[in-house]
Amino acid sequence: MAMQLIDPAIIQQRIQDLQDQDLYIHLEMTTGAYASHMDSTKHPAATFISNALIRYTTGSISEKAPHFRVGLKTEHGWVYSEGLTHYEESDRERLILAGHDTQGKLVVAFQLSKEPF
Amino acid sequence: MMMTIPANSRVLVVLPHPDDECYSLSGTLAKHIAGGGQVTYACLTLGEMGRNMGTPPFTNRVDLPRIRKGELEKSVAAIGIQDLRMMGFHDKTIEFEDRVVLDGAIHDLLTELKPSAVFTFYPGYSVHPDHDATGAAVVRAMGRLPESERPPLYTIAFSHNCTDEIGFPDTENDVGDFLQNKLDSIHAHRSQFPSPGELGKSKKMDRELRERFSRERFWTFRDFPRS
Ligand SMILES: [Zn+2]
Repeated sequence: MAMQLIDPAIIQQRIQDLQDQDLYIHLEMTTGAYASHMDSTKHPAATFISNALIRYTTGSISEKAPHFRVGLKTEHGWVYSEGLTHYEESDRERLILAGHDTQGKLVVAFQLSKEPF
Repeated sequence: MMMTIPANSRVLVVLPHPDDECYSLSGTLAKHIAGGGQVTYACLTLGEMGRNMGTPPFTNRVDLPRIRKGELEKSVAAIGIQDLRMMGFHDKTIEFEDRVVLDGAIHDLLTELKPSAVFTFYPGYSVHPDHDATGAAVVRAMGRLPESERPPLYTIAFSHNCTDEIGFPDTENDVGDFLQNKLDSIHAHRSQFPSPGELGKSKKMDRELRERFSRERFWTFRDFPRS
């Protein structure tokens, strides 16, 4: 396993490869459980949805490094994620994207798979 | 250069969010309308993903689109815009939208209305991804028109680096006679902005508002892709 910095051309291709089929999504964002313990002005927030079923008809990734955005258009709405920096290069079946802050901590996770996570 | 738009003609404005019109070009539109002109404002989304819910919050994620639609209609009335088109795209998704659908919708407006001028954001220099993506879509759609049928495209930019890269705005419009329209347009977006002030309260405030809002500036976009 090796997380690499996102190359948008590679991710765009993977997004297209997964289009128009039922997929499981794990989507997560967190400012960390200790955010307001360390700095009381920080608002602690975390949210995730795991293994929800989706299918998208159009999807893309923004082009400008280092913080990428992904948007997927589904039958009834959208999936959107911002602040993505890394992807799992070795995983060819699933799309594993993550956003890490300057200290390396996870802020965003965006994952698609044909099998549940 | 001072802005010249043929009197009595129709202009087309394409912006992604309710409230994009108020600070940047509401005076220009009110002036054009006062001179007998027509305005079509295509607002791509309802700004339904906005984070401002009023201070303290008076609405919520579910109700925000309805609130912002009402604010947009109020702003449009304050300016005098005759034709508001709410295009039904989703906030924050313009850059990901199917380009055939997005560019097609704008191209349809261009061929239907044959505007004498078009207003949008300068792609790449307008901070919010929806702004940049809207500008880029207008440029693509206008690029499809034969050069002889392509009206001038006036753009808004406000990124920190914009003047370093695209220079200063080349077109200026004195909208000093339309400050009240402009302030009413800003005030209409109550969930989004605190009031910048009101005319007629004090000489000092009148002077400040006049200085701040009497001029609107645009970059004429010329760099269309070769078709
Ligand atoms: Zn906006």
